[in-house]
Amino acid sequence: MSSQVSTSADKPRTALVGRLSSWLEPLALLAPAGVWLGLLLVIPVLLIFQLSLVPGIRPGQVVNPSGIENYLQIVQEPIYLRVVLRSLMFALGTTLICLVLGFPVAYLIALVVPKQWRNLLLVGFVLPLWTSSLLRSYAWITILRPTGVLNTFLKAVGLPAIDILNRPPAVFIGMSYSLLPYMVLILYASLEKLDRRLLEAAADLGANPFQAFWRVTVPQSLPGIAAGCLLVFITGLGDFIDPELLGGASSMTMARLIYNQFLGVTRNWGFGSALSMVIILAVSLAIALLLKYGDRSSANL
Amino acid sequence: MTPTRSSLNPIVLLQVGFILLMFGFMYLPILVLAVFSFNESPYSAGWKGFTLQWYQRFFADARILSALSDSLVIAILAVAIAAVIGTLMAVGLAKYRFPGKGLYQSITYLPLIIPDISIAVATLVFLASIAIPLSGGLIQLSLSTVVAAHVVFCISYIALVVSTRMTNLNPHLEEAALDLGATPTQAFVKVLLPELAPAILSGCLLAFVLSMDDFLIASFTAGGGTNTLPMEIFSRIRRGVQPDINALSVVLILVSGLLFGLAESIRYQSERRRRGD
Repeated sequence: MSSQVSTSADKPRTALVGRLSSWLEPLALLAPAGVWLGLLLVIPVLLIFQLSLVPGIRPGQVVNPSGIENYLQIVQEPIYLRVVLRSLMFALGTTLICLVLGFPVAYLIALVVPKQWRNLLLVGFVLPLWTSSLLRSYAWITILRPTGVLNTFLKAVGLPAIDILNRPPAVFIGMSYSLLPYMVLILYASLEKLDRRLLEAAADLGANPFQAFWRVTVPQSLPGIAAGCLLVFITGLGDFIDPELLGGASSMTMARLIYNQFLGVTRNWGFGSALSMVIILAVSLAIALLLKYGDRSSANL
Repeated sequence: MTPTRSSLNPIVLLQVGFILLMFGFMYLPILVLAVFSFNESPYSAGWKGFTLQWYQRFFADARILSALSDSLVIAILAVAIAAVIGTLMAVGLAKYRFPGKGLYQSITYLPLIIPDISIAVATLVFLASIAIPLSGGLIQLSLSTVVAAHVVFCISYIALVVSTRMTNLNPHLEEAALDLGATPTQAFVKVLLPELAPAILSGCLLAFVLSMDDFLIASFTAGGGTNTLPMEIFSRIRRGVQPDINALSVVLILVSGLLFGLAESIRYQSERRRRGD
């Protein structure tokens, strides 16, 4: 009798404790990261969106969102529009260079080189990624400056000197150098999975190597090409160090302009926030395009 | 029917030549830094004789050493915090379904996607307009704000690596431990954690290298009193070519090469063990 009483009293309590503890564990696992990322990532991004709607804000001023003046300024003033277009040009150009140089490298390592060498070559190729990005740019300064390694070499073999440091070509070189390993890594992963029997089948059916390449290898590695290009494009679009150190005054990009709005001489937090939002939107757009395109290409297969 | 060992056929030569050229492109800058770090003449590109003076100068440079120690403290603290939080998150995401999971997951990937400059700006604005006023000045731009900002991207990278391992893990291991009478905490610490350790460690190494390399986020969140190594290098490069940076580069490259070797060997060992299972 007494035991029956105690169980009936305990039942709702254990059920409650059980429900609580079933919530407790996921909460303990997921809440710390959620709070940290919420406080230091989500709220800040929402905050700069709000700030981007405030024209001419300086630190310490009251924030009253009032319009899209900052965004109009980017589009309407030719100087800023040129900066946006130049950033896009650097990112797209770098993507193209990395694809043209990276595809053959990934192709050779994944499909041509003997199997036991593949890992070694791949790791060797991407190893420079682990060096500091500032020091990589610095190395290119020593190579490209007027009295640098390149011109010393050109002079020694009797060729005219070239002066590309602090000009756009130096930015392309620095950015391509930094981003090429990413492209090669992603293309390698996609080419390595390639079904080799398809290539043999194409050859058996009378395709020459070129036809087999364009009709079998390239279509199969398209998702990898798209992913690699996207990664290089979005990283290039936000790159600050290469344009800043190698590009000189003629290579102002969005990232450099943003930096100047906060840490440079021309301080305008609202305008800088608007530029940051433009970069975030451009990156999101590129990813949305890839997702859409990626789905279509997988549907085709 | 193609002969496999036509060693001197022009296509093979072309391929070998191209690969060598590309490897040359990747290693030329590193080689240049290394050679110049031993060059007597600080400014000319010609070789003027061997010297170790740039290394001596670098190891005696108090500013560089204090910047290095700031960077190390930030990286170690950020990675330690992110290792705990990021691992818990990866485990939680693998174990539970809940409303809003898609949103939660996409937020954890944001730091991998949003450019550093935008994250840096957003963090500074948040600190300046909310955190500092709300805390009554208790929070100031300092070493700890850099750590807080670095934890954000470290969480993403560590969770990414750990999540990948979680999906390859036998889901019944933990259940078996629970069936055999282990408490959930015991099952987590004694069964799950050892399985995840290699992934956590290689995620930590990756996050550590990224934290040591970060220039933008640190510059925006450091305030006046903190100077990280990338910030110091940046200001020196802006002042012109400085030969002691060459020596610093060589030291850093050796250290990161060592870390990379460590990460690779951890990955290799754990893969071998997994295959042995």
